[in-house]
Amino acid sequence: MSFGAIAVSSGLSVLQACATSLLVFTGASQFALVAVLGAGGAAVSGVVSALLLGTRNSLYAVRMADLLRLRGPRRVAAAQLTIDESTAMAISAPAGLERTAFFATGVGIYLLWNLGTLLGALGAAHLGDPARLGLDAAVPAAFVALLAPRLRDRDAAAVALAGAALALIAIPLVRPGVPVLLAGLAVVPMVLRR
Amino acid sequence: MSTWTAVLLTAIGCFALKALGWALPGRVLENDRVRRAAVLLPVALLAGLVVVQAFSSGRSLQLDARAVGLGVAVLAVVLRAPFLVVVVLAATTAALLRLG
Repeated sequence: MSFGAIAVSSGLSVLQACATSLLVFTGASQFALVAVLGAGGAAVSGVVSALLLGTRNSLYAVRMADLLRLRGPRRVAAAQLTIDESTAMAISAPAGLERTAFFATGVGIYLLWNLGTLLGALGAAHLGDPARLGLDAAVPAAFVALLAPRLRDRDAAAVALAGAALALIAIPLVRPGVPVLLAGLAVVPMVLRR
Repeated sequence: MSTWTAVLLTAIGCFALKALGWALPGRVLENDRVRRAAVLLPVALLAGLVVVQAFSSGRSLQLDARAVGLGVAVLAVVLRAPFLVVVVLAATTAALLRLG
């Protein structure tokens, strides 16, 4: 629901909010796209932020291809359903039940996520001024909730602090939307390290 | 770029990233740098998004009710509140502050 409400308060129509959830279907990327669009950033930096956040799904997909060994149309459906939750459930499922766990979680979340988007979008479209309702404060809160489970170790915490600092410094210096991309540079020293 | 173009490009790109993973050989995961980049990139971007969404308005830094909402959200996350609760608490906090 929060995605639909935030999308509409960022200036998307109800139809655009629903299309995003139906077609993109990966939470963090969707929030990033509408947040940058809503903050008046260039659309292209919103798209790039969303795609950079989507790269982790590639990693999940490599694991899932190995674990589920699907062919044909089920492989295409599985690709769209490859997200944090379905991957986590498939990995932790008992042997033999990995496919069931993956598809049950993926399809279940797909339905709930899209229904929630529709309800949230319709709600926000009828409620009026998003700032008065605090919906602008809901956006950073959503990112905190998405970030928290990823802060598993010291490297992750260091990257988060560096990313936040880079974005803060960049806000007055570059166009809206770009500070988020610069925050991504925080991974460079960690990735280059041997 | 129109909003529709941005939505459709994001959809195509995000699906392509998922499909790419399904097409790559499993040994990609053995590369430590690839794995670190894919795990840490979302961390850096999400941290950047938190700061930008909480403390900026266009190109200026701004401290307002959103910052208090953020504080409440962090507290809720530390207490392991579910996603929707975190978001609603932050929004309610900011809305109440603006009433006063």
